[in-house]
Amino acid sequence: MIQPAMTLDTFGLLCPVPIMKTASAIREIAVGEVLEVLADDPQILEDMPAWCASNGHALLDTIEEGEEYRLFVKKVK
Amino acid sequence: MSKPVKAVGLLSGGLDSTIAAAMLMRQGIEIQGLTFYTGFCVVEHNRRSKTRKRKKPVRNEALQAGAKLDLPVEMIDISGPDYLKVLTDPKYGYGKTVNPCIDCRIFMFRRARQYMDEIGAQFMFTGEVLGQRPMSQRRQPMNVIDRDAELDGLLLRPLSAKRLPPTVPEQEGWVDREQLGDIQGRSRQKQMEIAEEYGIEDYPSPAGGCCYLTDENFGRRILDFFEYEGKENLTMDDVMLLKIGRHFRVKPDVKVVMGREEGENKFLERYTPGRWRLETKDVTGPTTLVEGHPSDDDLRQIAGMTVRYAGSKADPDTPVACHYEDTERILEPSPVEESVLEAWRI
Ligand code: SF4
Repeated sequence: MIQPAMTLDTFGLLCPVPIMKTASAIREIAVGEVLEVLADDPQILEDMPAWCASNGHALLDTIEEGEEYRLFVKKVK
Repeated sequence: MSKPVKAVGLLSGGLDSTIAAAMLMRQGIEIQGLTFYTGFCVVEHNRRSKTRKRKKPVRNEALQAGAKLDLPVEMIDISGPDYLKVLTDPKYGYGKTVNPCIDCRIFMFRRARQYMDEIGAQFMFTGEVLGQRPMSQRRQPMNVIDRDAELDGLLLRPLSAKRLPPTVPEQEGWVDREQLGDIQGRSRQKQMEIAEEYGIEDYPSPAGGCCYLTDENFGRRILDFFEYEGKENLTMDDVMLLKIGRHFRVKPDVKVVMGREEGENKFLERYTPGRWRLETKDVTGPTTLVEGHPSDDDLRQIAGMTVRYAGSKADPDTPVACHYEDTERILEPSPVEESVLEAWRI
């Protein structure tokens, strides 16, 4: 079970807004900690892996629950 | 070893900015990508309004380019009142439609310059090519943009660098001018050759109309708004509504916005507060929002329009539910002639 240090709720928001919010939220946790992002825009399934890859963070897991998504991003640097 | 030179690159994710970044990375420059969210992006909006189940996911090209080149990308939200002022009162006017490209670039470059200072980068760059776009990428507007954005020679355009006066990063020897491009004009041939040389594949085709402000229909609606509602009253909510559905100006103070498909209808529902909302009873039909002060006759006509665009199960007498705040009335629609409808269409 991944234990997130913080949860970011982006329900109702559409990309790229959830990604911009993820970028600010990740600044608030420590390296090694995990941010959980809740989203319902399926676009996040494309954008989050790309954002993590370009910004050097690790997308640990993506859980799809119907039309809702939970993504776990580990702050690497 | 001395610290690498750091640059902020404005990335759209298109071919030009991608190879501009790659060109500088090959010279050992450390790059921080930057992209702006204006609220006027077509791709983003199409996703927003269309029904969610799509065959092909839309990609955020700037993020994809960052991932491909392995460079970080920061996304800055500039949507809001200050950016709207660029649209409503551009110092350098509009392009073909209501696109205030020169002022928009100045606004973005200023913000980029600020970001550059914040992260301690030495210079910034774009993928702009001299002579590629009619409004903002000719030499004279480029000079105006650089001057008004107070860039002090710190903006490099690697693809056309050899055709432009040397910038500070070239003069200081941070980058080797000899290895930069001399591209000019609209052809993409050279860029494609460079992409091949660098092994950059899978780049998006030149997007062109990726910004709503260059869209003719949107331009007409914005001008209608300026005329009847006053440009000083424009908000981001108005912008969102201007981008969507069918629009009709029924009277100077009555405007109708009608969804064209389920995704748009859902989207419009969120904007119900403070507006009238009409929907056909029992049969599928569009969500219609009414802004302003419609009379009862107006509402019956708008009900007629709603029925007109409803599915085949609706007939001219189909009752229409009309909501305002907590009240609901059922209206008998009055038919509207096609020619009238056309005259009202924005
Ligand atoms: S096309 Fe749109 S985003 Fe691009 S410079 Fe013009 S107004 Fe700005």
